[in-house]
Amino acid sequence: MTVIAPPAARVQQPTTRSGGRGGSIMWMALPALLVFGAFGVIPLIGVLALSFTTWDGIGTIQPSGLASWGAALGDPALPHALLVTFEIMALSWLVQTPLSILIGVFIAARTRYRSVLAVLYFIPLLLSSTAISITYKALLDPNFGIGTGLGLDILNQDWLGEPRLAMGVLVFVVSWQFIPFHSLIYQGAVRQIPSSLYEASQIDGAGRLRQFFSITLPQLKYTIITSSTLMVVGSLTFFDLIYVLTAGGPGDATRALALEMYQTGFMANLMGPASVIAVILVLVGLLLAQLLRRLSGRGDESQLEGM
Amino acid sequence: MNRRDFLSLSVGTGAATILAACGSSGPSGGGTSGGEGAATYWSLSGLPGEPIRRAAIDRFNNANPDTRIEATFFQNDAYKQKIKTALGAGEGPSMIWSWGGGGLKSYVEAGQVQDLTEWFDQNTAVADKIFPSSFGAATVNGKIYAMPVESVTPIVLFYNKRVFEQVGVLPPQTYGDILDLIPAFNAKGIAPFSLGGQSRWTNMMWLELLLDRTAGSEVFDRVFAGEANAWSDPGVLDMLTKIQDLVKGNAFVKGFSSVTADSNADQALLYTGKAAMMLHGSWSYGIQKADGGDIVSSGALGYMNFPPVDGGKGDPSNTVGNPGQYLSISTKSTTAQQDIAKKFFSTTLIDDEEVKGWITSGNVPIIKGSDAQIASSPDADFLKVVYDMSSNAKIFAQSWDQALSPTAAETLLDNIAKLFQLQINPQQWVDAMNGVIGK
Repeated sequence: MTVIAPPAARVQQPTTRSGGRGGSIMWMALPALLVFGAFGVIPLIGVLALSFTTWDGIGTIQPSGLASWGAALGDPALPHALLVTFEIMALSWLVQTPLSILIGVFIAARTRYRSVLAVLYFIPLLLSSTAISITYKALLDPNFGIGTGLGLDILNQDWLGEPRLAMGVLVFVVSWQFIPFHSLIYQGAVRQIPSSLYEASQIDGAGRLRQFFSITLPQLKYTIITSSTLMVVGSLTFFDLIYVLTAGGPGDATRALALEMYQTGFMANLMGPASVIAVILVLVGLLLAQLLRRLSGRGDESQLEGM
Repeated sequence: MNRRDFLSLSVGTGAATILAACGSSGPSGGGTSGGEGAATYWSLSGLPGEPIRRAAIDRFNNANPDTRIEATFFQNDAYKQKIKTALGAGEGPSMIWSWGGGGLKSYVEAGQVQDLTEWFDQNTAVADKIFPSSFGAATVNGKIYAMPVESVTPIVLFYNKRVFEQVGVLPPQTYGDILDLIPAFNAKGIAPFSLGGQSRWTNMMWLELLLDRTAGSEVFDRVFAGEANAWSDPGVLDMLTKIQDLVKGNAFVKGFSSVTADSNADQALLYTGKAAMMLHGSWSYGIQKADGGDIVSSGALGYMNFPPVDGGKGDPSNTVGNPGQYLSISTKSTTAQQDIAKKFFSTTLIDDEEVKGWITSGNVPIIKGSDAQIASSPDADFLKVVYDMSSNAKIFAQSWDQALSPTAAETLLDNIAKLFQLQINPQQWVDAMNGVIGK
């Protein structure tokens, strides 16, 4: 007996249903929107308002026009903090991206020992930044740290007291903490690449290196952009890690924007200028995210054309 | 009444009901007034203070069963933020613990703390029991806004006698001796001075004492008074140059900028003999005793006031540090709470148990005449030195970062860190600091 499916059944899509679905989606977004409004937008408006005032955090809030903006923008600490922020951002991106891609590709293969390695490797993700910083600080103590413990004098450097070494340590610790996360993203992306691409290239005689550069990397384009956005915008908010590890020191060598904001607001009791820095932080973050979105090109462009 | 008003009202009454329930279920519940009139007290957690503070509150609550103080303790750094935020939001405690000085001044300016001048005038018995030098940091514009409590902690020059014997040198009598000792210790691979440079205020102790010894206490007084360009005194430049010479001459342990005081790594350098000397608050004694093995029990820990500088103008008896801790009464508290606080001030905080508690912890209480009790303490030798330092000091200056406003203090600590890092020169330091005078 042969059954022939009625061809009309496939195209029957009542138009009213799609409209109803749009409405329900709006409702589903509402809780998220409310939370975002209450904890994201409203405080942001508050900070913007505070940036036009003078307030020591205790007394009354005095509107003072552009005085706080003048004070914050005229302070040489601000461009320095911006520079440090971008330095941390660029260095940590440069270290994290190649390593994450390589590790992601490595653990994407479905071999058992690699899966075990992958699980072990994600342990840093489970630790809080503060715990990581305290541990590294203890390890890097110039007198009682790992160098003394292992008897290796070369490890007894002034790790957190030399500006360049401190920056290096910071980037290392950031990378140590976040490479597992980005590797996970790359692992997933590599597994999405159709194996037919590799099979075809093998027939054409491409080696592993050629396959990596001509297939894997181009196929990872969007993943690289996603992961870079997370890294770049994330590095703007590094606070706990730096605060515990170096407290912005030595001097002001690692005092990034978030730290400068904290010290201005909560240590020096200058809430107005601190709010200005916060506004700048938000603007820089938005700009960078927007820039990276532009870089990713048109969203409807397919990477699997002709497949 | 629209819906939003109704909502907030119902939420409000809900919260009030919960609060009321909490109040009556408190340990003091069952009394006629319940927990309603309890005075609140916030202070620092951790050793050595917390157990002594808890004991004082318990004594008061037991002696006064119909009133009650409820205490909450916070970690040092967390407290600094918490108290500010709470006061700003009008949620502060009835009794506000502080370090006096610039921090207290900012509370006064915000109208958060009560003027206690009149109360002290009426209760001379209380005022007379306390070291007079401790009132300076409680006084803003000639009025007393806090009761000096707990202990006096001047900065002491500690040294490890074993290391001095090993190298075959004597403790310094003058600043010149210190300069001679630096190469002697360095030659033996021992750091002359331990320093937890990452903590910044640790470096500041050097500036405070060197400036006092070379140029006298008047220079900082002028800064404190808000005189324009007060940092431009030639004595300041001289002192800053001396500091940078010490850094360049390897006076401080290698990698001092990586060492923190919170982890007591600087203390460890002294008791392990990796460093010969250390300038630190007198509370360091308790840490050395607890962590330093037998360094205290064997008498190997030496201590003295910072030596005079040859040709310096400062009085060698002068000292710097914390001339006390301070308790203020919130203007937002009820009359009942204020009465509880004042009773606590005038009874428990100056009683013999309080004095004993601080002495046992290795601290000199803020109460006059405690030297009699000190003599019978196992730490009598050290406590006597600190007691004499505190009571004989012609000037017991408050630590700069506590004395100045939080805004100026932050700039100060920032520039001190840069100075020790050789990132800025003395003149740049002076210019930066002149910019925040009176702020």
